[in-house]
Amino acid sequence: MPKILEKITLAPKIHQLRFCVPELVKKALPGQFVILRANEYGERIPMSIAQMDKKKGILTIVVLEVGKSTALLGSLKTGDEISDLLGPLGNPTEMKLFGTVVCVGGGIGIAPLYTLIEGFKSLGNKIITIIGAKTKESVIKEEELRKISDRVLVTTDDGSYGIKGFVTDALKELLKNEKIDLVMAVGPVLMMKAVSQMTKAYNLKTWVSLNPIMIDGTGMCGGCRVLIDGKNKFACVDGPDFEASLVDFDNLIQRQKCYLQQEKTAYARSNQR
Amino acid sequence: MPDPISVNGTANQKKAEIMQLMQKGRQISRTPMPTQEKLERRANFKEVNSGYSPIQAMLEASRCYLCPKAPCVLGCPVNIDIPAFLTLIALGDFKGALRKIKESNSLPAVCGRVCPQEEQCEKVCVLTKKFKSVAIGHLERFVADYEMQSGEIEVPELPPPTGKKVAIIGSGPAGLTVAGDLAKLGHAVTVLEAFHVAGGVLMYGIPEFRLPKGIVQREITYLKKLKVEFRPNTLVGRTVTIPELFEQGYDAVFIGTGAGLPQFMNIPGENYNGVYSANEFLTRVNLMKAYDFPHYDTPVLKGEKVAVIGGGNTALDAIRSALRLGAKQAMIVYRRSEAEMPGRKEEYEHAQEEGINFNFLTAPKRILGNPDGWVTGLECQKMELGEADESGRRRPIPIPGSEFILPVDIVIIAIGTTANPVVPKTTPGLSTNKWGYILADPETGATNIPGVFAGGDIVTGSATVILAAGAGKKAAVAIHSYLGNLEKSTELLRENQKQIQG
Repeated sequence: MPKILEKITLAPKIHQLRFCVPELVKKALPGQFVILRANEYGERIPMSIAQMDKKKGILTIVVLEVGKSTALLGSLKTGDEISDLLGPLGNPTEMKLFGTVVCVGGGIGIAPLYTLIEGFKSLGNKIITIIGAKTKESVIKEEELRKISDRVLVTTDDGSYGIKGFVTDALKELLKNEKIDLVMAVGPVLMMKAVSQMTKAYNLKTWVSLNPIMIDGTGMCGGCRVLIDGKNKFACVDGPDFEASLVDFDNLIQRQKCYLQQEKTAYARSNQR
Repeated sequence: MPDPISVNGTANQKKAEIMQLMQKGRQISRTPMPTQEKLERRANFKEVNSGYSPIQAMLEASRCYLCPKAPCVLGCPVNIDIPAFLTLIALGDFKGALRKIKESNSLPAVCGRVCPQEEQCEKVCVLTKKFKSVAIGHLERFVADYEMQSGEIEVPELPPPTGKKVAIIGSGPAGLTVAGDLAKLGHAVTVLEAFHVAGGVLMYGIPEFRLPKGIVQREITYLKKLKVEFRPNTLVGRTVTIPELFEQGYDAVFIGTGAGLPQFMNIPGENYNGVYSANEFLTRVNLMKAYDFPHYDTPVLKGEKVAVIGGGNTALDAIRSALRLGAKQAMIVYRRSEAEMPGRKEEYEHAQEEGINFNFLTAPKRILGNPDGWVTGLECQKMELGEADESGRRRPIPIPGSEFILPVDIVIIAIGTTANPVVPKTTPGLSTNKWGYILADPETGATNIPGVFAGGDIVTGSATVILAAGAGKKAAVAIHSYLGNLEKSTELLRENQKQIQG
């Protein structure tokens, strides 16, 4: 059973977990994800790979507590074990020399930017990173991303740190002043939708990493289907990256609300214990 | 034709005993399978069939005519010596009967429950001309369960290790069969499974009320006793690839990855909340135990009115699961007629008893939803049967103007699967057909890559547990012979080298 090598709380309700899983890490590439299960009663939870240390075989994921399962993961401590960890899953992000790549991350979508930037950077791309959070205290990974990016812009919804506003406000300015070759966005669906709408006007190549509800992650269940250019694609085997302009974000938003009621029930029940 | 009764020792004496029993005690009617009361079982996931008692089993087995041609053996995809095991049951030697079955089939407790016997061994039973066939499936199940209830599982003595390593990809019926057969021949077998538990479709697909998960896990435990190693959470193609398995020292690989991606119909409304593929719905309910939510964390939407599209076993499993989750109305929507329905007869009868509605000659046209994106109905069209199509079944043709709306809140699509691309895409040079299924020799499972074998749904497309097990059986024989030849060729190579060096 995979053991938590280290658990750090990065911000309120945001936790970083590290596992030593050399076989998985050896194969993992930027843009891929894993599925984990905390215990024998647990859900299978898809999680982006935040970082991977190929030499030491260490995998890093970042969890935001939103419901029972993620709260349970958040309550685990260094040295605890989880029952299952499967991966790497999904297709890696297409890595090549584009020129200037803008990497946009919102919320815990900031975390997986690290491996993506490492990848793009190693191929000679110039990296401008935009990260957004609700408040100053929920900005994560800023220092680490500064080390590997050419420029980092931070936005907060309430203006308590960096630029006041959303990641799209920072992106809007960049689009005016910079020649950009690719935008890669990872984060809440609403954010990815806003980024997509903005870059569409500039006819700018934009990729999003989608995070639909998923069970097996191997193509078997079809629960993660997303409408891409009007056709159903499975995020686990066809994605998770898709050309942003082709994504039906509204359908994804609707489908993510499928179990809101059940999630509330489960969360309330777990809090009573 | 060899004597169908292959009982060891005092064969003639025993044969006489049986003949006497069979002549005296022969009953004409088939022993009905005891089942859980239909109103009760509608509300629980416990197994529907409760199994024969020893007396019932002996009586039922004694109905066998021991006809010399034994058409049942040919009707069985893995050619179990059916008259021989029925004879042993009639004699009360239940463990002997199980050993006889296991010579040909490693998964009797499973196949006794889920095989479409009425299309195979029981279809050709000579008794069917006048009476109902011998309940071969129920008896196969009985002896497997008898051993389980009696405690200790009999494990054959293993031969000395051959030193050969085989990787099995997927732990469904094909993979488990190959694993068991090769382990019994002394090879070191590792089964790689993407899910967190082994069993494949037997765990995620077939519901508890038809195949209790404890039964599947018992088969896995048996294989572990045969020194088969199971590695869950390993997706071949991602965690490790087939070329890497050879680099790691495996001498042969069997691909038994099973059914693939669920098909959708490409009708409007398929992405509303409340539309499931049968694979997703069943995986949530069976593998993730969503019927026991919130005790288990995985949820499933419970509908008041549920429609399942399709007429196969998966469709029946899905609708009967929806009923057990509390649906007030549970219905099948199938575009052909009752006669063309591919599902098992017993399951169809059980479903009818439980109150499932069947809308035959009905095809879905679109799924209706409310502005928030939740399913509200299914628009259907009535069909009539035309000329036979390439499958030999009469083709359904829409009747113009016959559209109507079924008010439902859950729609489950059970119309089949397409090949999963993960293994072929990550195995350079592996040949597939135009639909993406792996090309393998039907007699040996050999693919175009030496040492790589395949069988089950990833070769044939969606089929049955026993056909997958049968493919596994053949592949195991072929892999064993491949490994033997490998040994010989290595020896030859060493010999040559010695000569060259000498």
